[in-house]
Amino acid sequence: MSVVRIPPTLRTDTGGEREVIAQGDTVRDLLDDLTARFPTLDGKLEYANVYVDGEDIRTRDGFKTPVTAGDTVILLPAMAGGC
Amino acid sequence: MATSSETSTVSLREAADLLGGDALFLDVREQGEWDLGHVPEAVHIPLGVLEDRVADELPNREREVVVYCAHGRRSLAALATLRSLGYERSRHLSDGFEEWEKSGFPVVVPSTLEPDQRRRYSRHLLIPEIGEAGQRRLLESSVLLIGAGGLGSPASLYLAAAGVGTLGIVDDDVVDESNLQRQIAHSTHRLGDPKVESARDTLTGLNPDVNVKTFNERLSSENIDRILAEGWDVIVDGADNFPTRYLVNDASVWHGIPVVHGSIYRFEGQATVFQPGEGPCYRCLFPTPPPPELAPSCAEGGVLGVLPGVIGSLQANETIKLVAGIGEPLIGRLLLFDALSTTFTEVSLRRDPDCPVCGEHPTVTEYIDYAEFCAAR
Repeated sequence: MSVVRIPPTLRTDTGGEREVIAQGDTVRDLLDDLTARFPTLDGKLEYANVYVDGEDIRTRDGFKTPVTAGDTVILLPAMAGGC
Repeated sequence: MATSSETSTVSLREAADLLGGDALFLDVREQGEWDLGHVPEAVHIPLGVLEDRVADELPNREREVVVYCAHGRRSLAALATLRSLGYERSRHLSDGFEEWEKSGFPVVVPSTLEPDQRRRYSRHLLIPEIGEAGQRRLLESSVLLIGAGGLGSPASLYLAAAGVGTLGIVDDDVVDESNLQRQIAHSTHRLGDPKVESARDTLTGLNPDVNVKTFNERLSSENIDRILAEGWDVIVDGADNFPTRYLVNDASVWHGIPVVHGSIYRFEGQATVFQPGEGPCYRCLFPTPPPPELAPSCAEGGVLGVLPGVIGSLQANETIKLVAGIGEPLIGRLLLFDALSTTFTEVSLRRDPDCPVCGEHPTVTEYIDYAEFCAAR
């Protein structure tokens, strides 16, 4: 069980929630759990970087990166705005 | 007049003992040598104008004078001039200033800041990490701002106030009423004017030391090399669209210019520094742009007015650090700010060895069609 931070662009898919609790032992499991509960997230998560404990999962084991209870997972899509 | 060496020369040690007393130290070197350092409280009259100016500077011919130059040759000539003019108690430092400095005797470096600059930047000059050397670096630096909008406004205001000598601004937009909720470089009486003109007025009004170069054009593959060729120490990226972000990234990698990145949406912002060769680039962070429907702009989704103030000020802070060569810039670190919870979170960024632009085997080596690259996703 981990806290997943939802970026503003995806909050309409999570009912406005900024943080949600998700189940799973790996990042893949967590994201699958999220998508199962919030189906409109399907196809959108692939554009977000994922950080576990402040580290980009691409520098760890990618979607197989283990997640332990209490870890904060950050989903971070690119934002264009400087306006 | 005879000048025996015993009565006409003074050793380093003897001269040092005379410091702070009645003796006057006279430096006859050239301006450029003087500017690099001299004996404390010395009077400067270059040898070439000594005869013309000495009477004004040294009305008392009875006063003890120690004349010096770099190695003791010009001071010997100066000594002859002084004695011929009646300065009987003059002697010269035969070992010269270079030996003086090498031996660790006191040296002062004169200020190269104007008195009004000393007043304006006094709060910087008081900070040891900046001081006069750091302020000089700021005054001699050139920073290019991409965008004179939400991020560019506070960033440019603080950089101008800090005394960054040259500020370039690229923006092809005009001031609109909807900008004024956050774009603090512009004003109501500037509605409809080009943003670069409005910003220039505001910035030079704040600090006339700053030379503002305006580029009233949209940054593109066609004009970016011309604009970057003007020579910039740092780029501040406050663009409002992905094609420009990727264009700025690729150009900065190829030109070797660090980019201070900021982006904002609603209550949340990001800031980092992309330093070519040292840390990751924008493509290492975001290899592919999201589809437009997943990346709405502030114009579509809105933005809290003060948010660009926070992120743009962080960008100014990083820029000043890079220019002054102090502190630890946000290289390889992405700082996330949430205005609603008032929290900063940091995540680490790594350089991607497979990055198409800054990686070990780059596959993108010239400008691409950025609009297509960003729309195709």
